[in-house]
Amino acid sequence: MRLTVNGEEREFDEGLTVAGLLALMKVPKRGTAVARNDRVVQHSEQAGVFVKAGDRIEIIRAVAGG
Amino acid sequence: MTVRDEGWQIGSHRFISRLIVGTGKYPSLEVMRAAHAASGAEMVTVAIRRIHLDDPSGKTLLDHIDRSRYTILPNTAGCFSAKDAILTAQLAREALQTDLIKLEVIGDPDTLYPDGPQTIAAAEALVKDGFTVLPYIGDDPIMCKRLAEAGCAAVMPLAAPIGSGLGVCNPYSIRIIREQISLPVIVDAGVGTASDAALAMELGVDALLMNTGIAAARDPVLMAQAMRHAVLGGRQAYLAGRMEKRLYASASSPMQDLIVTNAPNATSV
Repeated sequence: MRLTVNGEEREFDEGLTVAGLLALMKVPKRGTAVARNDRVVQHSEQAGVFVKAGDRIEIIRAVAGG
Repeated sequence: MTVRDEGWQIGSHRFISRLIVGTGKYPSLEVMRAAHAASGAEMVTVAIRRIHLDDPSGKTLLDHIDRSRYTILPNTAGCFSAKDAILTAQLAREALQTDLIKLEVIGDPDTLYPDGPQTIAAAEALVKDGFTVLPYIGDDPIMCKRLAEAGCAAVMPLAAPIGSGLGVCNPYSIRIIREQISLPVIVDAGVGTASDAALAMELGVDALLMNTGIAAARDPVLMAQAMRHAVLGGRQAYLAGRMEKRLYASASSPMQDLIVTNAPNATSV
């Protein structure tokens, strides 16, 4: 299935949870957050929420700024 | 040195230092850390961005901020709509586990002036969602009033455009905002040097937020220390109450019992 992750289209296997996606992409838990189709998926929910073809995923962290 | 300061509060967060500093534009992370320490700040701002998919687990900014010492204030910098700002704030809360958000909704890429109506819309939504909202806004007393009515925890009028270093362009508006808003007033953006910081604090605002004024100085660590002193000095001058300005001189030494010679007006004998 195709997902758009941080604006980039990428191919993934079906049946993936948000937690699975993050593990696959080697995203650390600490200091990051995820939105699926403009809704935040809290850390505690990530293992139970499945991603679907066409989903838009945003994965963020803190960077330097003012 | 005796510094009489009762400290100040945003929501449930209490601070003694009245200087909030950014983390952007420093020549290196080491200089940033040293500048943060020299500034005496207790709160630092960070931005929220997408991770890089090719290097998702690299060292991050958070590895250079001691969270036992500094409260993190995430911002929504770069957002041009209430919708983007709301999602950015929600992501920041999840990533950083804080209810604080510096709300920025920009209306124009050249001036980086805030979009008032979008800022108010985002503020209303974020307050309803449980955030402690600190909105960046123009030096407009009415906008500040609307943001206070929306339930914001503070208002943050600009001194001058972000990164401009022009200093307090409209001290009269900042004074009116101070007088009319009972929430903490934080002057945010445009402070270029120590005298700008002192002047802003002398207007009676509760705190200053700055980034470029320190980070873009030739010696950011020394400037951070200068800003610390300027904020303290400006605050103390405000509390002390300045003398009234007058057009004519008023001698500081007594005008009685003066020494008089025999040759008034003579410059030589």
